[in-house]
Amino acid sequence: MNTSLRNNQNVVLAAAAGCLLLAGTALAFYWVPNAPIEGFRQRIFYFHVPIALTAYACFGWAAWKALRLLWTRERRYDLESYTAVHMGVIFGILTLVTGSIWARTSWGHWWVWGSRQLVLFLVLFLFYAAYFMLRYSVEPGPRRANMSAVYALFGVALIPISFLAIRLAEDLVHPVVFTHDVQSKLTGSQLLTFLVCLVGMLSLAGSLYVNELTGKRLDARLRELREALQ
Amino acid sequence: MTFLGDVLVLARKDLLLELRSRDTVPAMLLFVVSTLVVFHFALPSDASATAETGLLWVALLFTALLGLVRAFVAEREERILDGLVLAPCDRSAIWLGKVIGVMAFLVAAEVVALPAYALFFRPVGWELVAAVALADVGLAAVGTLLAAMAAAGRARELLLPLLFLPLVIPIVVGGVGASATDDPGRYLAFLGLYDAVFAILSWASFEYVVTE
Repeated sequence: MNTSLRNNQNVVLAAAAGCLLLAGTALAFYWVPNAPIEGFRQRIFYFHVPIALTAYACFGWAAWKALRLLWTRERRYDLESYTAVHMGVIFGILTLVTGSIWARTSWGHWWVWGSRQLVLFLVLFLFYAAYFMLRYSVEPGPRRANMSAVYALFGVALIPISFLAIRLAEDLVHPVVFTHDVQSKLTGSQLLTFLVCLVGMLSLAGSLYVNELTGKRLDARLRELREALQ
Repeated sequence: MTFLGDVLVLARKDLLLELRSRDTVPAMLLFVVSTLVVFHFALPSDASATAETGLLWVALLFTALLGLVRAFVAEREERILDGLVLAPCDRSAIWLGKVIGVMAFLVAAEVVALPAYALFFRPVGWELVAAVALADVGLAAVGTLLAAMAAAGRARELLLPLLFLPLVIPIVVGGVGASATDDPGRYLAFLGLYDAVFAILSWASFEYVVTE
């Protein structure tokens, strides 16, 4: 009963992600009017920003699971936190790639240090890539679970601090701040397309998360059984 | 024993160990001075003040890293950490004692590094001294926690820089900003904020890093 419910939940999530992302893509390309200054290329906004927000959501989820682990000392939270970081890093890399493409089309360079989001995601990418190094280097066990949890918690503290640091560094190194032509108030059609894409990305991340978690649990269970056999 | 008493005993142990063996601090001193000399040749002769202070901060960061890699060597080789964790004291006292030790080493390195910088490059203002003092707190607090993590891993010397550098990027921003701009107040306040946030986090989470 429990497994069938889980499987259904995952199918629903995956189907929702597929439909919403297809609908979002169609809306972004055929329905939303061109942006006044940036024109056609502004449409990458409907992919780049939802991907970035999904990455934040994954990192936040990982920290929440990490907090639960330290609080309750239940081992299952370790895998959940790890999987969430894994998803966050994947979406973080996608953010860097889409942001880089947008930077290239808007400003003519693949990398722009004046773009806060891009720089922040680079820092976060380096930080969370080290999370994997930490996990691979320490023997599996409760201590590794604790350490990974503490590290994941540091991540959510680092996000606002780094953002502040990047804003301060702009005055220091490069006074020109690059901003995209995204109006502070989105029009109705823009907002709707954006929300469809955002919910689609979130359900895609959720579906990948559930899938990956099932695989990782199976792997851990298999390892336990193998050790019991020896 | 009180919490403070435990901390002082542990810090005293680290300092005594260093006084007798002299492993770490002389290496840090030599390293920071040689880095400054290397930077002199790496920079163009008309380098700006920002470039020079930036390189000083890089030198300080790597010197701190050098000290941190050594911070838990005795604990690991002699298996002291297991004993300390079993001892009837608050586990965060272990962290605080180690932070005080690391900070003492860092200050010792900077007492040489800053005059050397003044001699080789340009005079040192009060802003730079204040920024270095604030940065020491953050570097030692975060670095000690990460060093304890890395000490449990297989490739410790490799792992620590990877964990440490992304976390201390904000310190570099605050430090360079405080020492190279006309308005150091904002950057010093930012360093203070960083110290407060990460010192509290490290203090609260150290127990989980050393226990199961």
